[in-house]
Amino acid sequence: MTTFSDPYASSRETTEGTVFSVTGGDWDSLVTEIGATKEERVVVNMGPQHPSTHGVLRLVLELEGETVTELRCGVGYLHTGIEKNAEYRSWTQGVTFVTRMDYLAPLFNETAYCLGVEKLLGITNDVPERASVIRVMMMEFNRISSHMVALGTGALELGALSPMIFCFREREKVLDVFELIAGLRMNLAYVRPGGVAQDLPAGALPKLRETVKELRRDFKDNDKLLIGNTIWMKRTEGIGYLDLAGCTTLGITGPVLRSTGMPWDLRKLQPYSGYENYNFDVVTADTCDVYGRFLIRMNELEQSLRIIEQCIDKLEKLEGAPVMVADKKIAWPAQLALGGDGLGNSLDHIREIMGTSMESLIHHFKLVTEGFRVPAGQVYSAVESPRGEMGVHLVSDGGTKPYRVHFREPSFNNLQATAAMCEGSLIADIIGAVASIDPVMGGVDR
Amino acid sequence: MSDHGMFGAEGSGDTSGYGGLVRSAASTGSSERPYGGYFDDVADDLERAYPDFADAIERVVVDRGELTLHVKREKLVEVAKILRDKLLFEMCLGVSGVHYPADVNRELHAVYPLLSMTHNRRIRIEVSIPDSDPHLPSLVEVWAGNNWNERETFDMFGIIFDGHPGLTRILMPDDWRGHPQRKDYPLGGIPVEYKGATVPPPNERRSYR
Repeated sequence: MTTFSDPYASSRETTEGTVFSVTGGDWDSLVTEIGATKEERVVVNMGPQHPSTHGVLRLVLELEGETVTELRCGVGYLHTGIEKNAEYRSWTQGVTFVTRMDYLAPLFNETAYCLGVEKLLGITNDVPERASVIRVMMMEFNRISSHMVALGTGALELGALSPMIFCFREREKVLDVFELIAGLRMNLAYVRPGGVAQDLPAGALPKLRETVKELRRDFKDNDKLLIGNTIWMKRTEGIGYLDLAGCTTLGITGPVLRSTGMPWDLRKLQPYSGYENYNFDVVTADTCDVYGRFLIRMNELEQSLRIIEQCIDKLEKLEGAPVMVADKKIAWPAQLALGGDGLGNSLDHIREIMGTSMESLIHHFKLVTEGFRVPAGQVYSAVESPRGEMGVHLVSDGGTKPYRVHFREPSFNNLQATAAMCEGSLIADIIGAVASIDPVMGGVDR
Repeated sequence: MSDHGMFGAEGSGDTSGYGGLVRSAASTGSSERPYGGYFDDVADDLERAYPDFADAIERVVVDRGELTLHVKREKLVEVAKILRDKLLFEMCLGVSGVHYPADVNRELHAVYPLLSMTHNRRIRIEVSIPDSDPHLPSLVEVWAGNNWNERETFDMFGIIFDGHPGLTRILMPDDWRGHPQRKDYPLGGIPVEYKGATVPPPNERRSYR
């Protein structure tokens, strides 16, 4: 057996072969050792525990001076096995799992999954209008909160600290909206196959209108801080270049694709949940760089607010309409009630099943323990998440549990573009490029 | 063969009403023309652009408003190139593996959703291969973005993509044994005690059919 030596790892011989111990070393001894070799090449690990890589993303960089000659991504540090786990739970329980994948866009995970289940069941057109409008409104609020994290942390990673404060202030308002409507701030499990878990609480719409007004006013703070700011422009303009050909071949969607001037937005082109009934614009840029993607996210905020306002108008007209399909063999039986401590069992429902109707109890029990059966087959359903096309491939064998749940995560696919964007650039520009892709590692690793 | 009602009861066991669902076994045959919508155009264009169509495409299935072309694995790369260049399916949205242990000699399926941005169309291609010979030609040379997706499918199902530039595990650790999303790979888990009762792990709970 050949013996290798590695300047980055100590080694010892064992009966099974050479064992390398890769540990953090002393920088001085490493510099001395590298100085002894003729090569200028240095290989550096950035992450997985690094404050500027957007989560547990590991970047293996090959450097010449400060120039990146080769870049590889290491992912998988946040693999949770959600797809496998979902095969052992009922179709409704699946919602609680998938909401945790891309934890900054839980409502998009849920909606994409539920649209798929509904397609399998053949009840896409039976979902009540009020439920669809609530879904759209929640998704657009979610788009705002997700973009706020993308912008805030992106700016923070490039050294601009103040935008983070404003962005998280705005995100907080959106999370308050989620708490008001669903009882939870993240991982809501609010969208269910056939509709949504619970209707809006009384008096929600005026509060939502107020929030929209405040958000529109406060977004201006960030505009003033960053748009046209010389330092910000120098860190973002011309950085992380990826053109349309690169995007299509690498399967890149979302703001990165739209920054090449391609107005590709599933909400417009392949509408779902009634998006064809709303007026909004698809925001594009033609610079193919980090600045373009930043501008797209900033301008999408206003488009989301426009959609939310139209949703609120529609919801006012649809007051009292159902939010779950009429078929009682699919609709979740427990009408939840929102209390001071979050969403919980409705006392009226418990009184009915425990005190008055044995048939209701049987029905409840069967639906909750077994779940409903979904006809065999496979579907693919996709929504436009804040990061691009969030696709779900669902396979049913006719049982009460999914046979296969696969998420086509935009973060996972888009992250492949890192090498194309960064090779040949400076180390400092990697941060900007990765931030403009806005990967969420919970979604990448699933 | 069909079941009536959502609770899977046959005969008169279901006393709680009729759920409206008619369940039929998954079709194993080809769909009949016309397929409807743009699916006929896609099939016609492919037949015109690809002389081996009848030989390479095992079945054409239209189900729930989606078109699936079942392609032989020997012809996968040829068909993919034609779909990309002639039918303008510029984007491949990854690959999703499915394991059907009961489908003898076709246990492993690979499903590729395709998107044509020019025509605003979606189709799906599906390839079935035996467990004993889990090799598929890689499509990375056709759609470079399939690189990580193929690594994931290798990691989770053990499908070996021949010609992939670096087929290694991506989500599981490099020294992991087995391919976790195959049906013969157990979920694992431990029983949990709660208020004196023991809740079994999810893979040991009752499975309803």
